[in-house]
Amino acid sequence: MAILVFVESAEGKIKKTSLEALSYAQQMGSGPVTAIALGEVDIAELESLGKFGAGKVLHAADKKLNDGIIQAYTSVLAKAMQDENADILILANSSLGTPVAARVATKIGASLASNVVSLPDTSSGFTVKKSIYTGKAFAFVDLKNQKKVLALRKNAAVTKDAGSNVAVTPYPITLTDSDFVTQIISSEKATGEILLPEANIVVSGGRGMKGPENWGMLEDLAKVLHAATGCSKPVSDMGWRPHHEHVGQTGVKVAPQLYIAVGISGAIQHLAGVNSSKYIVVINKDPEAPFFKSADYGIVGDAFEIIPKLTEAIKAAK
Amino acid sequence: MMKILVCITHVPDTTSKINFTNNNTKFDTSGVQFIIGPYDDYALARAIELKESSGATVTVLNVGLADTEPTLRKALAIGADDAVRVNAEPVDSLFVATQIADHAKTNGYDLILMGRESIDYNSGVVHAIVGEMLGLPSVSPVMKLELDGKHAKIAREIEGGKENLEIDLPFVAGCQEPIAEWKIANMRGIMSARTKPLKVVEPKSVESGVVLTKFELPPPKGAVKMIPADKVGELVNLLKNEAHVL
Ligand SMILES: Cc1cc2nc3c(=O)[nH]c(=O)nc-3n(C[C@H](O)[C@H](O)[C@H](O)COP(=O)(O)OP(=O)(O)OC[C@H]3O[C@@H](n4cnc5c(N)ncnc54)[C@H](O)[C@@H]3O)c2cc1C
Ligand SMILES: Nc1ncnc2c1ncn2[C@@H]1O[C@H](COP(=O)(O)O)[C@@H](O)[C@H]1O
Repeated sequence: MAILVFVESAEGKIKKTSLEALSYAQQMGSGPVTAIALGEVDIAELESLGKFGAGKVLHAADKKLNDGIIQAYTSVLAKAMQDENADILILANSSLGTPVAARVATKIGASLASNVVSLPDTSSGFTVKKSIYTGKAFAFVDLKNQKKVLALRKNAAVTKDAGSNVAVTPYPITLTDSDFVTQIISSEKATGEILLPEANIVVSGGRGMKGPENWGMLEDLAKVLHAATGCSKPVSDMGWRPHHEHVGQTGVKVAPQLYIAVGISGAIQHLAGVNSSKYIVVINKDPEAPFFKSADYGIVGDAFEIIPKLTEAIKAAK
Repeated sequence: MMKILVCITHVPDTTSKINFTNNNTKFDTSGVQFIIGPYDDYALARAIELKESSGATVTVLNVGLADTEPTLRKALAIGADDAVRVNAEPVDSLFVATQIADHAKTNGYDLILMGRESIDYNSGVVHAIVGEMLGLPSVSPVMKLELDGKHAKIAREIEGGKENLEIDLPFVAGCQEPIAEWKIANMRGIMSARTKPLKVVEPKSVESGVVLTKFELPPPKGAVKMIPADKVGELVNLLKNEAHVL
């Protein structure tokens, strides 16, 4: 069964979650893996996809695809599935990937699973495990149709940089006006920052930080750790931090190697966004804070004293 | 007048402990409070604001069995005009989306609002599937939705920021904060909800390509290791040499 993998890029680099999708496809071992990228992307970046498991790389370089227009992307990917004779489409969950997965699946009559967390079990049928109840549980689903679309959660596969570069094949496309009824007028995006959903380490602050003026020390800590910064819902509600940094049930669900929670009490709705983290460190002045029950490491104390010391200690250890 | 459809889920309260019965094949509803999905609540709140500002009828729809009717009544109490329940277990996203698309096709809505995702299955796909089925654009997660006649200005959250879009009605949107403030039903709303129409329709049959076989709970977390506040270096040591995350 041939597999098509849709790769996304940000600021000219292929997203790490897309490399995971490629590795996932390769580790499935069910057939040839073709990567496809849309819009203008650096050719060297695309060639390097070979190292992560792509046997072939298609590139639809049309400028019109620089904006992630969901319907246009759907048309191109549905067509590529057909041209490549692919049965399986794999991509990373994202604000673009997930709706595109859903629309392609509908268009080509595929079984669809999003939030997939591990490789399929093909011993009888094709079963994938997906995260449900906002990380509080998992479900195993059998995908029955010949064609399948999988949208992966972060860490669904471990990337391996093994193979070698491949040549990029231009993929010509014809788009119609109906693909572009949605117009992106502008976008406001943090640049040069590590994106929260992609980050390996997250430093997150809650109401215990007292005010936006105190975020500097969390940013310093994040910097030495190459971490993204996050926050609790009240913090973004009060406008201390932008909404896209809000972690939890009603915000971003993160799955980093390490989540450091500072001055966050650990309400169940906050935990829902962080319970896929590998390790959790909680720093809180209240020894009874519920977050300690979900933590691996904890320090009871005043964040304003501990954070600068922690930053120094990490610097020293590096 | 503009017709708005709001699709709502009937889901466990966000504080619920999740458990399963029947050998991990059935969700355990004992002790669980059910609510309108929090994101669907934003969609409903925005629909009602639009009704108040520009005039519209608001229909709420749920695909579910009879036990979801109190949730639909709650939406009526908050201000929806009428409700539709498609009488079926919502087995998978394609099934649910087919029912919504079918209803929308026969009733012709100008705007279909949903939540960005349900909080039971979190798939975040039903709006996109309905959009594809109806040949309409779908936009999610929408943080701002302003209408000027048939023209909409939208802000959509993306990784690390937001995107400003323009689009004409009709379309499908998955909503999230801060699109509107959650609304609470008042006494008059609760009284009038009792007599507002709630229509029950039978589902269209769908051949399902996705079968849920089993649930699983994550392994319990081990005990937390506490480190004294004056030994920050010890934490760094553990993160480096025990957890291997530095
Ligand atoms: C439907 C619904 C959805 C929700 N979704 C989310 C969500 O997605 N994300 C989310 O985060 N919340 C969400 N919430 C809100 C959630 O219930 C909590 O109210 C919120 O998480 C609390 O934020 P907090 O921990 O920052 O604040 P608080 O609960 O006020 O906690 C502050 C903590 O800081 C500690 N502290 C104070 N001073 C210091 C100091 N100097 N040093 C160290 N520690 C200090 C205190 O001991 C306390 O534990 C939701 C709620 C509802 C009802
Ligand atoms: N059973 C259902 N009945 C009505 N609407 C639903 C149902 N399931 C999902 N939806 C709508 O689709 C949105 C996205 O759901 P999901 O794709 O399951 O994450 C929800 O926020 C609802 O608005």
